[in-house]
Amino acid sequence: MHYKSPMREPLILGNKDLHDITVDIARPIETKANRWWWALFTISFAAMLWLFGCIFYLIGTGVGVWGLNNSVGWAWDITNFVWWVGIGHAGTLISAVLLLFRQKWRLSINRSSEAMTIFAVVQAGLFPLIHMGRIWMAYWIFPLPNQFGSLWVNFNSPLLWDVFAISTYFSVSLVFWYMGLIPDFAMIRDRAINPIAKKVYTFLSFGWSGRAKHWQRHEVISLVLAGLATPLVLSVHSIVSMDFATSVVAGWHTTIFPPYFVAGAIFGGFAMCQTLLLIARKVLDLQDYITIKHMEYMNIIILVTGSIVGCAYLTELFIAWYSGVELEQYAFLDRATGSYWWAYAIMMTCNVISPQLMWFKKLRRNILFTFILALFVHIGMWFERFVIIITLHRGPLPSSWHDYSPTYIEIGTFIGTCGFFLVLFLLYARTFPVIAQAELKTIVKSSSTKYNKNLHYLDKEELVKLNKINKKK
Amino acid sequence: MNSNKVIYGLYDDDDKLLHATKKLVSRGFTVNEVYSPFPVHGLDTAMGLRYSRMAITSFIYGVIGAFLITLLMWYIMIEDWPMVIGGKPNFSYGQNLPAFIPVTFEATVFCAAHLMVITFLFRCGLYPGRGVFAGSKKYNPDPRTTDDKFLMEICDVDTKKIQKIEIIMKETGAVEIQIGDYKVKKRKKIISIKQYLKNNLSGIFKFLPKKKK
Repeated sequence: MHYKSPMREPLILGNKDLHDITVDIARPIETKANRWWWALFTISFAAMLWLFGCIFYLIGTGVGVWGLNNSVGWAWDITNFVWWVGIGHAGTLISAVLLLFRQKWRLSINRSSEAMTIFAVVQAGLFPLIHMGRIWMAYWIFPLPNQFGSLWVNFNSPLLWDVFAISTYFSVSLVFWYMGLIPDFAMIRDRAINPIAKKVYTFLSFGWSGRAKHWQRHEVISLVLAGLATPLVLSVHSIVSMDFATSVVAGWHTTIFPPYFVAGAIFGGFAMCQTLLLIARKVLDLQDYITIKHMEYMNIIILVTGSIVGCAYLTELFIAWYSGVELEQYAFLDRATGSYWWAYAIMMTCNVISPQLMWFKKLRRNILFTFILALFVHIGMWFERFVIIITLHRGPLPSSWHDYSPTYIEIGTFIGTCGFFLVLFLLYARTFPVIAQAELKTIVKSSSTKYNKNLHYLDKEELVKLNKINKKK
Repeated sequence: MNSNKVIYGLYDDDDKLLHATKKLVSRGFTVNEVYSPFPVHGLDTAMGLRYSRMAITSFIYGVIGAFLITLLMWYIMIEDWPMVIGGKPNFSYGQNLPAFIPVTFEATVFCAAHLMVITFLFRCGLYPGRGVFAGSKKYNPDPRTTDDKFLMEICDVDTKKIQKIEIIMKETGAVEIQIGDYKVKKRKKIISIKQYLKNNLSGIFKFLPKKKK
């Protein structure tokens, strides 16, 4: 055995051995859903149907059913797109970046956060399609040889880079997630009693047998995929940010956007992780695996990235003043005092001030506080994108100043994507192993209450108390 | 693939398994296969498995991806339709290079990731639906190995050796030992790369006319 610092809190509570992990993780799949699940599923499903209705109406009638105007050509559509893509980023960060840094606490949350990534990118991917005026010609964005003398695409546009970035991001994340799922599906397969379930999980597990050589290769590809996904995750949101940063619009044309968007994405994504996992750990009874310590680690990341985002806001303001460019100075003055000052105020409060409360240990280990703060971050990050995009309403030419307000179709589309996201996540939570059990089993000996009886980081009373809290909440 | 005697030792602890593997290998036995629910660190070196070359394939695929996308963008933007779009210079690829970086990057990652995963699946013989109609014996001798047990598989023809292996397995803490004559693919002995090339490449040159002495 290797040396383990007694300072570290255990990541698996409740005296679990290998078999207990298997049983706990297979339970949601092998049992029937309760009333709460059905209630939430029904609501989300209704919202999803509403989304499809909105989309059909939009495509059938035209983009004019949205509240866009000649000045503000992008609003809720791109706001939601960037918001959803941003949410996806935390999943890849947890599974890839934390893997490279050998963070063991990622093991019980990476599966769900990757699922969150996949489902969030599905929602994000809708918007570039539906915000087109002529969606049926969407395939023209691909450089396919054709009958127009082979008329190609233009590789100078960040919107085309987006296509490459999002499709690569989605497919690589999906494959990375699926490769991790194969051994877990094999576990479910070998436990399945229902013959249909057995066939389904046999199909999904690709005939995984857990051979030594396969594990060796599996570990290598996981590491390489993590190494590839890390620059990918940084590049994707950078490319998304270039939709704005490469423009000539004052308030958009800033070189700080790529890193600042990425930081914001991680900030918003971790908040979504908190929201989903705080509910999932309770509903699926996984409090022994997704512990308060996991919540605290995520809260610390929210604090760090929130501070980076805050720093970026101040940098923007400073540079606007320092530049001496009236257009840019006005853009920021308008944000703070113009007709959308309230959006700017919400953004500043939710993104800069509220995460600073995470400096207090009591607060960042408090489940209810974490949950509320995560909601604040969702709102704040949505308004960050909205504030950036709505800069369009005060352009360089005062004669084309227009205010913007969304129609119910836009609002319905946004609420609908939340429903669609939840439908996917709820289905996932009942059919997929929500914790990467094969990987989690590697830390049972090094980081669980069963095998680490001599942890000094807390005295025994505190450990008992912690166990109780984890059980209760 | 001849009908061997196969001995299976079931362990319930990864440290015991690792210890047993080291002990058996040091006595000169070849541990044919180990089935485990999670990657046991150090097992591959103890068994004498060669390092995995998945990372190398990924690098090669990435290079190929970068090359192909560069070729595509050069052909489209510079060669086929050198249009001026927004005043971007298009006399040579280098002049417009900054705008091509994001797509080049994405294509590199795309190829490196996906082709490596396909290679992984191919090399491990994994594909969707494998074993759906063949039953569990097709892929795994003991379904408990995906839960919390570790199964060691050793092929040997000699009964005396089998007995020796059984004793060592018992000593090292195996919970169950089974001997059977399953048809198991025996793991190839590790040979040096030089030897490998000698064995495999010599066949390629057979079509060449032999030099007459």
